Amino acid sequence: MASERSLGSFLLRGATLVDAAGERLGDLRVRAGKIVEIASSLAPVIDEEVIESEGCYLLPAFVDLHTHLREPGGERAETILSGTGAGALGGYRCVVAMPNTIPTIDSVEVVRHLRQLAKAAPIEVAISAAITRGRRGEELVEMSELAAEGVVLFTDDGRGVQDDGLMRAALEMASTLGVTLGQHCEHEGHAKGAPMHEGAWSSRLGLAGQPRLAEIAMVARDLALVEELDASMHFLHLSTAEAIEMVRTARARGLRVTAEATPHHLALTHAEVASFDPVFRVNPPLRESADVRAVRTGLVDGTIDAIATDHAPHSPETKDEPFDCAPPGMIGLETAFAVAHTELVVGAHLRVANASGAPMLTMGDLVRLFSTAPARIARVDDQPGSGTITVGAPADLVLFDPKVQWRVDEDRGASRSRNTPFAHLDLVGRIRHHLHDGQLIVRDAKLVL
Amino acid sequence: MTKTDVVAMPRWDRRNLLSIEDLRPEGIRDVLDLADRLQGEPPTRATPEDFHHATVATVFFENSTRTRLSFELAAQQLSAKVLNFNADSSSVKKGESLRDTLSTIDAFGVDVIVIRHASSGVAVQASRWVNAAIINAGDGQHEHPTQALLDLFTLRQALGTQRGVMPEDLTGLRVAIVGDIRHSRVARSEVLALSAMGAHVTLVAPSPLLPTSVEGWPIEAVSSDLDHVIANTDLCYVLRIQHERMVEARLDDLDAYRHRFGLTLERAARLPEGALIMHPGPINRGVEIDSLVADAPNSLILAQVRNGVTIRAAVLSLLLGARRDEIQGAVK
Repeated sequence: MASERSLGSFLLRGATLVDAAGERLGDLRVRAGKIVEIASSLAPVIDEEVIESEGCYLLPAFVDLHTHLREPGGERAETILSGTGAGALGGYRCVVAMPNTIPTIDSVEVVRHLRQLAKAAPIEVAISAAITRGRRGEELVEMSELAAEGVVLFTDDGRGVQDDGLMRAALEMASTLGVTLGQHCEHEGHAKGAPMHEGAWSSRLGLAGQPRLAEIAMVARDLALVEELDASMHFLHLSTAEAIEMVRTARARGLRVTAEATPHHLALTHAEVASFDPVFRVNPPLRESADVRAVRTGLVDGTIDAIATDHAPHSPETKDEPFDCAPPGMIGLETAFAVAHTELVVGAHLRVANASGAPMLTMGDLVRLFSTAPARIARVDDQPGSGTITVGAPADLVLFDPKVQWRVDEDRGASRSRNTPFAHLDLVGRIRHHLHDGQLIVRDAKLVL
Repeated sequence: MTKTDVVAMPRWDRRNLLSIEDLRPEGIRDVLDLADRLQGEPPTRATPEDFHHATVATVFFENSTRTRLSFELAAQQLSAKVLNFNADSSSVKKGESLRDTLSTIDAFGVDVIVIRHASSGVAVQASRWVNAAIINAGDGQHEHPTQALLDLFTLRQALGTQRGVMPEDLTGLRVAIVGDIRHSRVARSEVLALSAMGAHVTLVAPSPLLPTSVEGWPIEAVSSDLDHVIANTDLCYVLRIQHERMVEARLDDLDAYRHRFGLTLERAARLPEGALIMHPGPINRGVEIDSLVADAPNSLILAQVRNGVTIRAAVLSLLLGARRDEIQGAVK
């Protein structure tokens, strides 16, 4: 991939460079897919595009731990190309594709087929595989064969593994193979397929609610298993204050667990459902403002390692059904970073008036949440200098303008679907350019085709 | 939902009737006052309530007799044309989406779509999809606003007869709503309507049939002890109970329900002097209400049915009138 694309030479002048080492001003030169020079002032050379970047942040490009690309089987809603296009616009150098496709990604054949398809994508696609065959929760996939094929993340996402014994067997196998399991924490006996969070709004609106216990119960069980087996595990899209607190305590005791949260769970509550717009139907459901605060606190104190989108496209006709009949899921790749910036760095609250209570984050924190931590969990951080802005590091870079205000227009994205919960909201900060492998794949917030 | 939310809401624009919340007390009064006039003198071609150019479609995705019939009769009283859509014999069976079905009916140029659906929120969604005015004739477990309006109308008349003067509002009236509140759209609309008019509402049900949360509900209390509540009840509003709910209610059977929550003769005898009884129908005689209680002089059950047509004519008239004004305004 590098050999075909690494033709670009760029000089980015005057950006604030942000990585784990902190923030500093500087000029930066990209050539042949790598950062080749960083200095306080660099002069342009021939055949080099100069990008004036004053007032912008230059960040290591992002990794999304949780993307539904829908291909194969769901191409009405998204394809690998459209979904990775949305990822490119959102600043992602790599997205982890979830296995709930048709057929399920549960065999080496399907993984190979998708890898082939993903070669045409503008960014990297890491393929995850199901924990159980067909995600039916009955028998484990051939985990060792899939691991040998290079799969590092296994999940039945969309469903949690309900059977305790099967989950135990999966964790033991994952420990042996050195791969990671991602759990969709939803105990179906408690959730009962209800379309929203159980609470004041479900009662008022006359919709069935899934109790917070659905998440709490599964996180509790899995933490007990992780401790008993000395295993490791990744919790997908945590949404309740209680589950986050349990993970916090478990980590303090040394358990090897990681966790992610979504942009919608840090910005929106179940009050959105009052519109009965199925765009707000999602699993886990939008919860209460106290949960929003808990998600934010978890992001600040590191209990939650990463912000992951759970980008879940659904074609418009499937969301034009009654709320309780529409499929759950929201898209998020194109808005995730701007939403997090608006809410957590700028401190402007899109929808939840009293969501603060947690201290605000820095750009460095966002780099941790969007780039370094998810790359570590998905194990796509093996290139030298990956996730840093240093000489020799891969030129996977995002130029972010923190001052641009823009209104989310669901009809103007790269995704094939329109189900963004942030439509018509004004976000602060926009990804201006995106360099992938030294090549400009997004210029002025538009895909370079 | 909460009192502050209600204050913040704009005046009813008469574009749709989706929820009792949209109306606020002034809107409720407008409907009741018009219903009074209509009942006094049925509309003729000489009155503003003549809408012979208008078309009303009743679009029912769920079975109903009294609600659909009363809307159709009401539309005919206003001289409007009536289009009757039956989901059973429609293209819904061929897999047409809800939105396409409604858009198709809308494309015929109907003025009002009266919609009933088994899913909560469908009326609200429909109002975003079509040009016609939407009247919610019952959406899932969410709301059934015209039921609450006809109940207020019936109640106001009964109190007027009792007191010799029509009450301004329901201030101080102690209401017990008894039954499966959790799954009842009637209860949700009833709570909003009664409290908007000043009544003090207590919800009475086996605790699994109470709402999970009553945060923001404009009520006085919840109770699982009807015997305790009954002596302080001026209006006992009884809801239909379904056999299928008994397991969830953790009761053995409907007899057990009747024993604790039925408005039996014995309980009805303990109601204060002048107390009234209502039920949205259809009633299960001998289950949630004893037959003799349902037929007693202080039962308003048949008056409720009679008033259904009048109140729906009033609602249709307000919505059709607002549309006519809008069109005439646009022409000028």
